[in-house]
Amino acid sequence: MEVVRGTAWKKPLPDNDPVFAPFWEAAAGGRLLYQECPVCGNRQFYPRALCTACGADPEWAEASGRGTVHTFTIVRQYGAPPFRDELPYVVAVIELDEGVKMIGNVTGCDVDAVRIGMPVEAYAVEAAEKVGVPYWRPAQSR
Amino acid sequence: MIVGIGLSDYPKAPHLTAVQHHAQALQRALADAGLRKSAIDGYCTAGGMAAGDDPVTMAEYLGIRHRYIDGTMVGGSSFEFHVQHAAEAIRTGLCDTVLVTYGSDYLSRMGRTLGTGGMFRGSRVSGPMQFEAPYGNSLVGSYALVARRHMHEFGTTSEQLAEIAVGVREYAGLNPNALYRDPIAVKDVLASRMVADPLHKLDCCVISDGGGAVILTTAERARDLRQPAVAVLGAAGGMTHWNIGQMGDYTTTAAAVCAPEAFARAGLLPSDVDTIQFYDSFTITVLVLLEDAGFCKKGEGGAFVAEGHLRRGGRLPLNTDGGGLSSCHPGMRGIFLLIESVRQLRGQAGVAQVPDCDVALAIGSGGWLSCIGAVLMGKS
Repeated sequence: MEVVRGTAWKKPLPDNDPVFAPFWEAAAGGRLLYQECPVCGNRQFYPRALCTACGADPEWAEASGRGTVHTFTIVRQYGAPPFRDELPYVVAVIELDEGVKMIGNVTGCDVDAVRIGMPVEAYAVEAAEKVGVPYWRPAQSR
Repeated sequence: MIVGIGLSDYPKAPHLTAVQHHAQALQRALADAGLRKSAIDGYCTAGGMAAGDDPVTMAEYLGIRHRYIDGTMVGGSSFEFHVQHAAEAIRTGLCDTVLVTYGSDYLSRMGRTLGTGGMFRGSRVSGPMQFEAPYGNSLVGSYALVARRHMHEFGTTSEQLAEIAVGVREYAGLNPNALYRDPIAVKDVLASRMVADPLHKLDCCVISDGGGAVILTTAERARDLRQPAVAVLGAAGGMTHWNIGQMGDYTTTAAAVCAPEAFARAGLLPSDVDTIQFYDSFTITVLVLLEDAGFCKKGEGGAFVAEGHLRRGGRLPLNTDGGGLSSCHPGMRGIFLLIESVRQLRGQAGVAQVPDCDVALAIGSGGWLSCIGAVLMGKS
């Protein structure tokens, strides 16, 4: 996925949890990761130290960066900056083509244009060293 | 057996801290039951609202010498879980008399900030919430995700959701303490400000101060106390997720499993229920709980509420104290569902009394439709 660099980041950042950090670092390099269990095949997000289905050690897998809007809301009221300064914006549950779901923002279109089932593609914003935050926008080509 | 209930001052109580709400509610529950404080040998509370409200600090502050303690914290439904655990602890002889308390000064201390953010201010976020915090979702927005998906899958409308708020407001008009008492119509809900599509301001609960206490004891002891005892007929709890990004199925809650379990334990059916006291953090909360608890099929909740069953005079009156939508929601509302159920079953609900009320169902929802606790109560 494309990585947008040089943005002044004012939003929350992840801590450096050893299980979560590889996800953020990969996103900073343009790769969107989820986990897949080598024993039972279960796919999961967010990353964990075990498979939530069978308890085995999960492995990282790279997603295509394509998905659809499973559900969404248009946030029109928020009490604090920096989000208050960006109202209104879309918070969505994205179902990746690989089947896992992630929370994210859908950008790059009017908030009222977002629909459930809409195809979207991921891009990342470099938020800090080794931290890329995935975002979503309408798919360019499907 | 539930033998004592107490409410602290609400909905605005700037003279009380969160801990004082616990204490005042306890005093009132003891007076209600006609019970000496020294009889309490079990304690449940959730904490999470203020400094010093954790279970062991509260037990020390209140002076409870407990043989049994439960600090289950699953959000607003914690108190439904507490009652399930307390009833079982009494039944198995771990203790005789259990106190459950809650208190919050949220409105006086924090204002109306709970629903629309300010939780993360550019700091580092630990735990799984770090996968959601960068995107600026609000508490209201989390429920809006469920409402939007429900509308998409089943054709549920904003008018149908609004009907829930209108019915609860009618009951609030009967409660002199309720925060908002003036009647509203469906059009008023739809005309109120959109907070997070598709949820309007009047689809959202109020923010208030408040607290409550519930006392349970053995059937034998209950016979000697002041009030008609209310029996815990069956209870169950469960969860599907904590963070909203993990809900998976965005139209079904853990009530789909735990409510049937509670009915089975009580030997009852949804058709036996005379009033429901459901967690109404938002209108959509009530709608999905109705479906999951078996009062109608999945997807038919909108049509069900539009038929007016939840209204005063309907066959399944909802939140007869004015609910969280219009009366009292200090952050976690679960204890009030139990207290109002008891008032109805004792026949002490005054002008809001549901006629021939023999069975009440309280269902709490904690987090973001995450942890659901169901308690069926009846006249003993």
